Amino acid sequence: MDQFTINLFFVGSSFALYIGIAIWARAGSTSEFYAAGRGVHPVTNGMATAADWMSAASFISMAGLIAFTGYDNSSYLMGWTGGYVLLALLLAPYLRKFGKFTVSEFIGDRFYSQTARIVAVVCLIVASTTYVIGQMTGVGVAFGRFLEVENTTGLLIGACVVFAYAVFGGMKGVTYTQVAQYVVLITAYTIPAIFISLQLTGNPVPGLGLFGNDVASGEPLLTKLNQIVTELGFNSYTSSNADTLNMVLFTLSLMIGTAGLPHVIMRFFTVPKVSDARWSAGWALVFIALLYITAPAVGAMARLNITEMMWPNGGVNGGAVAVEQIEKDPKYDWMHTWQKTGLLNWEDKNGDGKIQYYNDKNADMETLASEKGWAGNELTKFNRDILVLANPEIANLPGWVIGLVAAGGLAAALSTAAGLLLAISSAVSHDLIKGAIKPSISEKGELLSARLAMAVAIGVATYLGLNPPGFAAQTVALAFGLAAASIFPALMMGIFSTRVNNTGAVAGMLAGLVVTLVYIFLHKGWFFIPDTNSFTDADPLLGTIKSTSFGAIGAAVNFAVAYTVTGMTKETPQVIKDLVESVRIPRGAGAAQDH
Amino acid sequence: MSDNSSKNAYWSANMRIIKISLVIWALVSFGFGILLRPLLSGISVGGTDLGFWFAQQGSILVFLAIIFFYAWRMNRLDREHGVEEE
Repeated sequence: MDQFTINLFFVGSSFALYIGIAIWARAGSTSEFYAAGRGVHPVTNGMATAADWMSAASFISMAGLIAFTGYDNSSYLMGWTGGYVLLALLLAPYLRKFGKFTVSEFIGDRFYSQTARIVAVVCLIVASTTYVIGQMTGVGVAFGRFLEVENTTGLLIGACVVFAYAVFGGMKGVTYTQVAQYVVLITAYTIPAIFISLQLTGNPVPGLGLFGNDVASGEPLLTKLNQIVTELGFNSYTSSNADTLNMVLFTLSLMIGTAGLPHVIMRFFTVPKVSDARWSAGWALVFIALLYITAPAVGAMARLNITEMMWPNGGVNGGAVAVEQIEKDPKYDWMHTWQKTGLLNWEDKNGDGKIQYYNDKNADMETLASEKGWAGNELTKFNRDILVLANPEIANLPGWVIGLVAAGGLAAALSTAAGLLLAISSAVSHDLIKGAIKPSISEKGELLSARLAMAVAIGVATYLGLNPPGFAAQTVALAFGLAAASIFPALMMGIFSTRVNNTGAVAGMLAGLVVTLVYIFLHKGWFFIPDTNSFTDADPLLGTIKSTSFGAIGAAVNFAVAYTVTGMTKETPQVIKDLVESVRIPRGAGAAQDH
Repeated sequence: MSDNSSKNAYWSANMRIIKISLVIWALVSFGFGILLRPLLSGISVGGTDLGFWFAQQGSILVFLAIIFFYAWRMNRLDREHGVEEE
C-alpha cells in the first residue's frame, strides 16, 4: 500500500467515526444544540474541552514555531496553559452559577444593558472569526499534504469538510465526537514523538528525552542542538534572544485570551454543578498538558533531525547534502511530497550540486560563506506549519504513523473550527437575533439563522485564510489578543466588582477591542488584506511590542476606561449588586435557564 | 441561605486563596520562566538551565497543581460555610 492510500485510510476511518457519533447523538432542541443538556461528567467535559481547545495552532503549528526559535517561543506553552488557571479561579465556577447559555448573556444581564450584550457579541464574533482564519491555515496545510495537492486547493476542500461537519450537530453531538477526536489527536501526537525520542535519546517519554542525553554523542540533547545550530549562524536554541517586555506581554495576552474565548468558556456551562466546573478546568488542563509537555520535545528533536539531514556528513566541515542525494535517497522523499504543497522549497543558488542550509541574515556567517563559496541559504522555504506533519516522515517512521498524524492534525483543526463556528452561530442567532433584533423568532428560525451564520463565518475565514496574516499559531495568537482585550476584563469586572456599571462596561469593551484591532490592522494589514499595513512586527509602532502581544495592553485600556467611565456615571442598581452577590455563592445553582 | 456576615467571610476566604494561587501562577511563569531566568542560570538541567525547564514544562505542571488544589480547597470551603449546592 502506498502512503497516499494509508493516509486516506486513516483520515477516512477517523472521519467515519466522528460522523457516526454525531448522527448517534444528534441535537434536537435549541437547548441541546447549545449546551448538550448539561449531563456531561467533568472528566468527559475536560477531554472534550481539550479537543475543542487544541486546534491546528497547538497540533500543527506550535512545535514548528518552537523548533525554529527555541526558548523565545516558550510563550505559547506557558500562555496557552496558564490561561486555564485564570479560567478555573476567576471565571468558570461563577459563570456556571449564573446559569445561562452564552458569555454575552452574562454580560448583558450583569451590566443590565442590551447594548452591552450586543457589544459582547461583536467582540466574540471578531475574536472567533480571526481564530477560524488560523484554523483554516492549518486545515489547508493538512489537506494539502494528505491529498498531495497545492495548499490553496487543500484549503478549499478543507473548508467544505469543516462546514459540513459543523452543521451536522450541536454541542451534544460535538461533545462525544470531541472525546473521540481527543483520543485520535493525542495518540497521533504522542506516538511519533515516542519513536523519535527513542531514536535520539533512548528515553520513551519525549518530555524527559528533551532533557536527556543524545545517544549518538553522549552529550545532552540540547547541548548538541545548540552547538549545531549556532555553527550555522542561528541563535542558540536555549538562550533568551527576544525582547523580555514583548515576551511577558505576549505570554500574558495568550493567558487572558484563553480565559476570554467563548468556545472554551461555553464548555463550563455544560457541567452539572459549580463544583464540577472547578474540576472540569483541571481535567481539561490535564488532557491539554499531555500534548503541551510533549510539544517542546517534538520541536527540539525535529530541529535536530532536519539540521542533521541538511548536513549529513557531520556539520559544516563535512559538507552539505547533495542535490543528487535529495533526488535519489528515499530518506529525502518527504522533501518532494512537501514541495508539491508549495510550502517547502530549495534551490542550488551557487550551482555546486549541494544545498547549504544556514542563516544568511547573520553577518558573522559572511566570511565563512565567501570562503566556502556559498551564495545564501539554499533551503529557500520551510513553512513552520509543516513541521509536525512532516516530522514522522523526516524521522523515517513507518507509513501508518504518518497516516495517523494526518488524521490527528485534521481532528485538531476540525474540532476547534466546529466549536468556534458553534460559538459564532449561537452569538448571531441566540444573542443578536433572538436576544435583540427579533425576540419572537421560532425555534426553527433560530436554528436556521445559526447555520447561515456558520456559512458566512467559514466563507470569510476561508477567503482570508488564502492569504493568512501569519502561521496558524500566530494568527490564532491575534484572536487571543482580541479576546483578552475585550471579553476577559468585562467578565472579571462583572464578577469581582459590584461597582462597574453598564456604561463603564460598554465603554471598556469598545475601547479594548478597537485599540487592539487597530494595532493589529496597522501591523498585519487592514482586515488582514496584505500590503495595507503601515508597520511590521519586526519594527512595531510602540517600542518592541508586537501586534500579537498587544492584547494585554488592550485589556489594561479596557479596565482603565471601564472604571473611569463608571466613576462618572450613575451607580449600579441594588438588584444587580444582589445578582453579583448570588453569582459568588455556589448554593442555588439550578439548571441553566433560557430566556 | 446563610446570613450576610458568613457570606462575606466566605468571599474573603475565597479571595485570599485566589491571591495566593495567582502569586504562585505568576512566579513560575513570568518569574522563573522569563524575568528571573538569569538568577536560575546556575542550576543546570539536561544541557540547559532551570529557567528553560520552567518556561517549557515546569510552569505547566505547577498550573495543574494550582487548579486541582483550588478545586479541592474551594469545594471544602463551600461546605465549611454552608454554601455548597444541595
